Amino acid sequence: MIPPLEQVREMLSAGAAKSSLLVEREEAVAVAQFLKTDPQLQLDFCSCVTAVDYIKQDCIEVVYHLYSVALKHGPVALKVRAPRALEQCRMPSLTPVWRGCEYQEREAFDLYGVKFDGHPDLRRILMWDEFVDHPMRKDYVPPMDYEWEPTPHAETLARAKQTGGTVPASALEAKK
Amino acid sequence: MSATGIIQTQTLEVSLGPQHPSTHGVFRMDVVLDGEYVVKLKPVMGYLHRNHEQLAEKMTWLGSMPYTDRLDYFCSMTNNWAYALAVEKMTGLKVPERAEYIRVIMAELTRLLNHSCAIGFLLSDCGAWFTPVLYALREREWILDFFETVSGARMMCNYMRFGGVRVDLDDASLAMARNIVARWPAFLDEFEKLMTENEVLLARTQRVGILSRNLAINASVSGPVARASGVEYDIRKVDKYGVYDRFDFGVPVGEAGDTFDRYMIRILEMREAVKILEQALRDIPAGPFIAPEAKLRNFKVPAGDGYGRIEAPKGELGFYLVSEGGAKPYRYHVRPPSFINLTILEDMCLGQKVADTVIILGSVDIVLGEVDR
Amino acid sequence: MAVDPNLKSELQKQGIFVMPVEFLYNWSRKSSLWPIQFGLACCAIEMIAAAAARHDMARFGAEVFRASPRQADLMIVSGTVTKKMAPQVVRLYNQMPEPKYVIAMGACAISGGPFKDGYNVLKGVDRYIPVDIHIPGCPPRPEALLHALMTLQEKISKQHLNEVSWYDKNAPSEFPVPQYGAHDLEPPANPKVWEPPKK
Repeated sequence: MIPPLEQVREMLSAGAAKSSLLVEREEAVAVAQFLKTDPQLQLDFCSCVTAVDYIKQDCIEVVYHLYSVALKHGPVALKVRAPRALEQCRMPSLTPVWRGCEYQEREAFDLYGVKFDGHPDLRRILMWDEFVDHPMRKDYVPPMDYEWEPTPHAETLARAKQTGGTVPASALEAKK
Repeated sequence: MSATGIIQTQTLEVSLGPQHPSTHGVFRMDVVLDGEYVVKLKPVMGYLHRNHEQLAEKMTWLGSMPYTDRLDYFCSMTNNWAYALAVEKMTGLKVPERAEYIRVIMAELTRLLNHSCAIGFLLSDCGAWFTPVLYALREREWILDFFETVSGARMMCNYMRFGGVRVDLDDASLAMARNIVARWPAFLDEFEKLMTENEVLLARTQRVGILSRNLAINASVSGPVARASGVEYDIRKVDKYGVYDRFDFGVPVGEAGDTFDRYMIRILEMREAVKILEQALRDIPAGPFIAPEAKLRNFKVPAGDGYGRIEAPKGELGFYLVSEGGAKPYRYHVRPPSFINLTILEDMCLGQKVADTVIILGSVDIVLGEVDR
Repeated sequence: MAVDPNLKSELQKQGIFVMPVEFLYNWSRKSSLWPIQFGLACCAIEMIAAAAARHDMARFGAEVFRASPRQADLMIVSGTVTKKMAPQVVRLYNQMPEPKYVIAMGACAISGGPFKDGYNVLKGVDRYIPVDIHIPGCPPRPEALLHALMTLQEKISKQHLNEVSWYDKNAPSEFPVPQYGAHDLEPPANPKVWEPPKK
């Protein structure tokens, strides 16, 4: 489904905060091509790509912020959703349309585990290659590797009580 | 030499970094060389990935303001502004006029500081070992003194707040700022005399690392790197955030898109920044420096998402925030200009000599705190 | 030392200086500390500022930043050590020749600092290599770095040649480089250098 031109234009005139466009995974590339090439939109500058983990809705949303350098308008937020389960968490890459997505999609893959089909070089970018987790997911559990101080932050306080304020010897022993 | 008499060369893989004097921090480039020429280059980053985004999601909205200082540690003021702007967009907080002027003054001083150091380090990469940096750092200290007087810290200013700034500028500090601005053109003249017509600089930067206009736009390159390639796009002019529409200033645009243009654009941008500063320091109105309705404690942002961006010295610095209406952001993403400007590093370096890769990297002007976050 | 002070001053008038070899040795080492040119994060900028015109680290003989660890005496760990960077830091330390010293500059290098909660941040560089001087601050001012340098010089001038570790065959001068694991570095700390705090 290519969105009607009128709808996108309305979004552009409505201002930055309101213009988002949720598309199906299968149509993402076609919509992106349309947004980029349509003479009245010419959204040729893909500024920001990121993923958001909506754990309650059980989906990961990838957000593309598009601007036009030629016509100096924007942004339009293009949103694509995929299920959270690692095997199904995949969507088409928009790197062939906007080259600027390349590293940002790699980052989304690294930190959220979204696999982008058609990406030229999908590897981890920030963490090392041997790392298996996707640490920005909301259910990621970091390694137990330091003495948690009892601070007012509720989460940290809970962990401090749990570990007694020290590195558990078991954590060190187990990995020796 | 082989039996047929043709010299055959083998490609050689070299890993530049992460500890390398010219990679501006802990950046690594995996380069494949044919003779002295680059045939493949893959940047490797993440050596300074310190989980800024995840930490911010565990913290209150204001709590991550000091962390933004440490993104691009040359430009803490503009980082603060970009984050404050994104939150103000979501909450609808109005910033008083005086605060807007103070923000412009701080941002443009940051631009002076960043560009002079960037050029200094670029020249260091060319082989002018440390001398231009000494000149740049000498001037930087004056600006840091000013930041310290105003905010209490040299580098990590933590100065902006949602709806304004933390402390007001008094007359003495305004005079200090005027003094810095007054001496800057003389410094630039001296700097240019030292470098711009220098034979070494010309020989090593002209027609090196050319970036075409179309590729620059398609690869989301922003800031001075994009403008050197002829992309006439400055967010200060396009978005007109803050009070930038009140100032008379130009946007220098390059033609060739080579390393020399990227050097020259920064010099010219500093001259324009001086113009903005002169106007801002002349016109700064009296009034409150923070919106009276701005709350520091128990600050909440209405549910929804928003994207705010500014023209930071290195390019478009944006913040994408998702709120659930609570005291913490649900998602906090930084759009770092120097990370995305690295996308085209390989394209610029292909076919160049290995010694030129460090100059090209220097002309992109990266800061690892921002690349890896 | 066992030289009569009166004799010593008499000899000095003749241009003869009497001192232990140790003094000369320590004095020359402390007066030309060459740091490794190795910036990690924000603190590296303050390290450069300390070497630049206003603060002028050359006054203390420590302005020659060497890009090669083989030529360096001092490692200034200037900034956050991430888990991805930690193996390289240890490797650089191993490549430095003895005698070698380490300054942990800033809160991050000491303990992880403001980024301590991060999954990729090493909670202090002293988990893998021994540290001589800690400088607090985020980032420490250049003056603080100069103070650390002077403190280190003081420490060097008090070292006794018959006690120093680098003439001891049993004392390690190289430490195992941690490996990248599936979830964390392996091992998460070097028990010979660091032990977890007691309850």
